Amino acid sequence: MTRTDPLDVPRPDARLHFGVFFQGVNHWTIWSDPASGSQIDPASFRQVARTAERGLFDAFFLGEGLRLREVDGRIHDLDVAGRPDALTQLAALAAVTDRIGLVSTSNTTYNEAPDLARRLSGLDLLSEGRAGWNVVTTDNAWTGENFRRGGYLDHADRYTRAEEFLTVARALWDGWKDGATSGSPGASTWAAPGAVRQVRHQGRQFDVDLAPTLPRSAQGHPVIFQAGDSAEGRDFAARNADVIFSAHGNEFDDALAFAEDVRGRLVAAGRPEDDLRILPGTEIIIGATEEEALEKKRWIRLQQVTPATALGIAGLLWNRDFSDRDADGPLPKEDPVVAENDGSFGARRIADPRKVVAEWREKAEAGGWSLRETVIALGPQRGHVGTPAGLADRFAHWVRHGAVDGFNVTPYLIPDGLDDIVDLLVPELQERGVYRTEYTGTTLRDHLNLREPLTHRSSADHRSEITR
Amino acid sequence: MSGPALRLAVELDGDGAHPAAWRRAAHAPDHLLTPRRVARVAAAAENAGFTLLTLDDGVLPPGAAPDTVGRIGAVERAAFIAASTSVVGVAPVVPLTYAEPFHVSSQLASLDHISVGRAGWVVGEETRPEAARAWGRPLVDGAAARAGESRDGVEAVRALWDSWEDDAVIRSVATSRYLDRDRLHYVDFTGDTFTVKGPAIVPRPPQGQVVVLGHPDLVPAGQLDVALVTGRDLVAVATASAGAGTPRTFAEVEVALDTAHATAEERVGDLEQHAPWADRGRLRHIGSAAGLAALLERLRGVVDGVRLHPLVLDEDLPELSRLVLPHLFERRHAVRPLPGASLRTQLDLERPANRYAVAAARSGEETR
Ligand SMILES: Cc1cc2nc3c(=O)[nH]c(=O)nc-3n(C[C@H](O)[C@H](O)[C@H](O)COP(=O)(O)O)c2cc1C
Repeated sequence: MTRTDPLDVPRPDARLHFGVFFQGVNHWTIWSDPASGSQIDPASFRQVARTAERGLFDAFFLGEGLRLREVDGRIHDLDVAGRPDALTQLAALAAVTDRIGLVSTSNTTYNEAPDLARRLSGLDLLSEGRAGWNVVTTDNAWTGENFRRGGYLDHADRYTRAEEFLTVARALWDGWKDGATSGSPGASTWAAPGAVRQVRHQGRQFDVDLAPTLPRSAQGHPVIFQAGDSAEGRDFAARNADVIFSAHGNEFDDALAFAEDVRGRLVAAGRPEDDLRILPGTEIIIGATEEEALEKKRWIRLQQVTPATALGIAGLLWNRDFSDRDADGPLPKEDPVVAENDGSFGARRIADPRKVVAEWREKAEAGGWSLRETVIALGPQRGHVGTPAGLADRFAHWVRHGAVDGFNVTPYLIPDGLDDIVDLLVPELQERGVYRTEYTGTTLRDHLNLREPLTHRSSADHRSEITR
Repeated sequence: MSGPALRLAVELDGDGAHPAAWRRAAHAPDHLLTPRRVARVAAAAENAGFTLLTLDDGVLPPGAAPDTVGRIGAVERAAFIAASTSVVGVAPVVPLTYAEPFHVSSQLASLDHISVGRAGWVVGEETRPEAARAWGRPLVDGAAARAGESRDGVEAVRALWDSWEDDAVIRSVATSRYLDRDRLHYVDFTGDTFTVKGPAIVPRPPQGQVVVLGHPDLVPAGQLDVALVTGRDLVAVATASAGAGTPRTFAEVEVALDTAHATAEERVGDLEQHAPWADRGRLRHIGSAAGLAALLERLRGVVDGVRLHPLVLDEDLPELSRLVLPHLFERRHAVRPLPGASLRTQLDLERPANRYAVAAARSGEETR
């Protein structure tokens, strides 16, 4: 790829933002390698967060899943599983990092707004304005079996609840006037009289009458992330989010189409086009040469998609138990069984498995692939492979053309899977002027170059309160 | 009285045990809710030689105007403190009156991983009716109903901690299996007001079970590792301790010490002009450091430890650290925690066997 003339591109000054997604339940983190460390030891989290901070990343990101995955009623045993509660882990990381944002994926269906809002505020204060919240909306009854409320929410209601949840959370976050607590030791009252507003909200999901217990942080509110791809999810993001954690980060055209769709929704929602950052999740594989990088990718895929995992993925597609088959043999001859999704894998089953299987058969035959090779070749295409210079050129192109604002990087090795990116790729990006050379702010909102929180924009009153 | 050396705990919420404590704090009100403050107080407690620090909590404001109305969640504070200390045990107060036991279990197990086995849990309760609305749940009305929620909640949380056997992560390259699903267990808990399926999403805590502390009238003795016992005098404390039926007992002791600037009486009197220091039926020492040391020495053999509630942290912690704790340590009337040991080890509590692993081993034997 040739370097673009900066004047020819839509966003010549664009900067790439990086987050690191320390994955929880997944088979993309290679656990079988001798270099692979613990997935639960606090030292792993500390090391990844500090490496990301050394690489001037915007954020450290944790996902959430509220029930262990199952396949056909049995606990799925092939993937990495078992992770800390995100908010609790991030509060610990606040103590051992200085600048990096700390983003928690937390569910709106199985939490209560006052409780979660308070926890997020606590993280925001303990990190001095570095908290983010990825709003997710699981609604299946299967997950609900772990909660008092059970699976009480209709699928159609999950974004309705999420939106009302956010409304309540924001009202609580805005409940204290800035400077509510006195800055002088001899004050006559701990908080200025009238400085804390009682929050009253009555809606379908929440009926709250509560005095919030925390002031706003240095960034006003936690930064709101959204991850969800449906039209509903995108509109929810357009109305509410500061950042979209998307799955559109592998092909330029797809990424650009997604970004344009989101920008359209943003404008329709009455917000400026540049009000939202789009950070797709991605994997980055680096080699000294293109060949070396491709060879490394081949090796990585074989570690990620073990024979058993290949059979498990095929089993999900066919909806049959293939665990006794040979992954290195041909594709199974049977037709797939079309069945209802029971929600247990934490993902939807494939909509039209017959069509997908037919496509797999055709391509496997043409390529002479085994089942495992087919799963690798035709499964989700992940990420970017190349030399540091090649990747930096590509990313510069992507960000300057508005396809993405950056990436949420999923390292395939824990805890030192980020080292290459920080040591080799980041300097190349800096050289091209698409990556910061130092943190210029202290909050996550600063790093992402975001405007003030949405609720602070409507009235001049709010604005004057938040500036200091 | 003599007996084994005491373990010392201290409650660190806000600016101290008195509702108006903030008026004597060494900092401005707006400094209370900052990471620097949280870390500094925790470091002071750790350096003083406390075995455990506790952090009070609840969904409602900690007090009413004109006093302190702000508080960072105890679990978040505890995690932050765990990452910035290395020896002291850390126990947030977490009420189960309305909270989801599944989340509470995950949070506390995570705290134990983060602190490498230094986590405790003070089972609290939400007594104010407004809390029900904050949680979106029907009012849990009356002490008996709250005790019922705590009983079921603690049982569910403890079952979840055991739902992963210690070696459930097998990383078997030969079979491609990361987990051994036979070492993971559904808890299938059914209580009076809720059910939980399980297993947990967090691996078993390093201590096996986080150390559970609580008041015996709130949590059944069989679920507690440490009973927090109250009584206005030694006899009452001794009676409560003897009847607790828990592996360990800690006496609740409120303290106000003489300082270089004011006597304890004067300090209490000053704050009493603003608000009363409510009588919660606890032992209370208002006076010299030597007097407190003598009182604590008399508690040896009566209880296994004490939890101190200092009047004003900024004033009493330095005195405790300078005069009281060293005196007790020198005479071996109390012990400092050992670096690298778990909170259970500090409290001389065994690491519990896993109920499910034990059951599996037993049924294995029977079939043999
Ligand atoms: C990149 C990405 C990451 C996600 N991470 C999580 C997660 O950690 N936990 C979770 O419960 N859901 C997660 N989700 C699921 C979404 O929040 C959402 O529930 C799902 O995509 C279905 O919503 P939709 O119909 O709007 O797409 C993620 C989604 C995407 C696209």
